[in-house]
Amino acid sequence: MIFTIAGKELRSMFTSPLAWVILAFLQFVLALIFLKQIDGFLMVQAQLARTPNAPGLTEVAIVPMFGVASMVLLMSVPLLTMRLVSEERRNQTMALLMSAPVSMTQIVLGKYLAMVVFLLLINLLISLMALSVLAGGAIDTGLLAANLVGLFLLGCSFSAIGLFISCLTTHPVVAAVLSLAVFLGLWIINIAATDPESWLHLLSLLKHFEGFMNGSVAVTDLIYFGLLSVTFIILSIRRLDSDRLHA
Amino acid sequence: MSNTAGQEVTLAATGLSRRYGNNLAVDDISLDLKRGEIVGLLGPNGAGKTTTMKMITGNLAPSEGSVSICGIDLIEKPTAAKARIGYLPEVPPLYKDLRVDEYLRLAGRLHKVAKPELDRAVNRAKLRSGLSDMGRRLIGSLSKGYQQRVGIAQAIIHDPDVIILDEPTVGLDPNQIREIRALIRELGNDHSVILSTHILPEVEAICDRVQIMHRGKVVFTDAISGLRQFRGGHSLQVSLRRPPTQEDFSAAVAPARAEKVSDGVFRVISQAGQDPTDQLVRASVERDWGLYQLSPTQASVEEVFVQLTRQENTAPESAEQPASTGPDTEATT
Repeated sequence: MIFTIAGKELRSMFTSPLAWVILAFLQFVLALIFLKQIDGFLMVQAQLARTPNAPGLTEVAIVPMFGVASMVLLMSVPLLTMRLVSEERRNQTMALLMSAPVSMTQIVLGKYLAMVVFLLLINLLISLMALSVLAGGAIDTGLLAANLVGLFLLGCSFSAIGLFISCLTTHPVVAAVLSLAVFLGLWIINIAATDPESWLHLLSLLKHFEGFMNGSVAVTDLIYFGLLSVTFIILSIRRLDSDRLHA
Repeated sequence: MSNTAGQEVTLAATGLSRRYGNNLAVDDISLDLKRGEIVGLLGPNGAGKTTTMKMITGNLAPSEGSVSICGIDLIEKPTAAKARIGYLPEVPPLYKDLRVDEYLRLAGRLHKVAKPELDRAVNRAKLRSGLSDMGRRLIGSLSKGYQQRVGIAQAIIHDPDVIILDEPTVGLDPNQIREIRALIRELGNDHSVILSTHILPEVEAICDRVQIMHRGKVVFTDAISGLRQFRGGHSLQVSLRRPPTQEDFSAAVAPARAEKVSDGVFRVISQAGQDPTDQLVRASVERDWGLYQLSPTQASVEEVFVQLTRQENTAPESAEQPASTGPDTEATT
C-alpha cells in the first residue's frame, strides 16, 4: 500500500515539469563545477605530485560537487515537498486516501518514500558523474561513498521536515517558503553561537553534513539525521490524524 | 427493492454527534441501512449531511457515537471497515493530471483490489458509470458530468457493501442526472446506498427511505410513501374560470381543507381515504364555476420538507446569535 502511494506521488512528480527541471538544473550546475575543478586540478597537478599529502582528485573535484548539491537540495526539496499534502488538501483529494483502507502511517510513509526515491535518483546521477573520472584516473571511493551517504541523509531530513510543513497548510507556496526558511535556519543556526562548544552546533545541519564531506561517517551524525527524519515523520502522522479528529 | 425487511444490516450508526468548537454540527444521529436499500439524506444547506457522511466513512472522527460496517467497528478496525465502503465526497477527489484508467487503477489498488482482478474491476466500474470510451482521457479535460462519473466509478471499483454519495447529481445536465439516477437505482439492487441531496424529486425518484436532517438533528425518517402521507392525505389543485369566494369553496369541498393559491386557483387537501373529487365536480357544475383544470399536486414532499425545516427556523433562536451572551453555556447542550 505504501508503494502504491509512493508510485502515485512519483508519477505526479514526473508528469509535471518541476522534477525534470530540478534534475536538469542540478546536473547542469554540478557539471559546471565538476569541469572547472578538474581543469584547476590538471593545471596544478605537477606541483601537487611533489607535495606530500596533497589533496587528490576526489577532494578537489568531487567533494565541492556535493557542497553545491546540498545547496541545490536545500532550495529544491521545498518545491517538491510543498505539494505532498497541502495540494491534496487544497484539491480535496485527501478524501480518496482517507476513505481508502489505508492507515495514516501508510499515507505519510508512502509520500516520504516517493521523496526518498527521488533523492536516490539524484544520488545516482551525481555518482555517475563522479565515476566518469574512472575512465582516465582513480578516485577515492570511500570518500565518495561518505559524501553520497551524507547527501542522501541530508535530503531525507529535508524531506521529512518539508512533508511535515506541507501538512500544516493548504497553500503549497506557503509550505515551500516556510520549509525554505526552516532549512536555512537549521543550516546556519551555529552562526549564532560564538562559543565553539555551544549546543547550537549540535543542531546545525551544516556541521553534521561537513563530517560526511570530509569522509568521516560518524555515529552522532547518523543519529542526528535519523532522529530528524523519524521525528518529523511521526509529527506528520500525528498532524494528519488530528485533522480527522479536530478539523 | 422495497421489500427489505429482515435483510442483513450493512451499516449501523448509533448516537453520532460532532462538535466544531462550541457548535454542534451533528446531534445524536442514528442510521441503519440494509442490503439493497437506498436511503436519502435530505436537508437544507448546513444541516449536517456532509458531516454525517464524513463520519460514516471515517474521514472525520465522531465526538460521540459509533459506526459499524457489516458488523466491523469503524473506530476499532478502520482499515477493515473502510474496505467495505465506497465514498463519493461532495467534491470528487480526482487527480486531474491522471488518465481515467490510471486513476481508477490507483483507486482500485488503494482499496485493496487484488492485482489480477484490477483490470476487470476497472472495466466493470467504467462500464457501469458509462465511461467505457473515456479510459485514455485526462481527468482534467473531462466535463463536469464525466468527472462526476469518474468519482462514482472510484466509489464502486472495489464492489463495496455500502456506497455513500454526497450530492451525486450536483452540476449535471438533466440527461446526465437521469443516467446517474438510473445507475444509483441499479447499484441499490445489491449494495446499500446512502445519498445526500437537497433536491426533492431526486429522493422521490430513487430512494426507498428518507431521513430529513435539520440543524444537525433527524427531524423525519420513514419510507417515501410515509413522507407523502405525512402531511395527511393528498392534495388537488383546482382551477376555475368563475371562482366563488373562499368561504363558499371551502364549504363545498368540506370536510377536506381548501387553500387559495392564486386568483381562480385553489388547493384541496384531503385525508387519506377521502376523495373530494366527485363532490367538487358536482358543485362546479351546479354553481357554474367553470372548472377547467383538476390535477393532483406533485409538490407534497416539498411541502413536508418546508414544513419540517421551517417550523424550527421560525422558533425563537436569536438568543444563540449574539456573541456577548454567557460563555459556552448554550449551543453545546
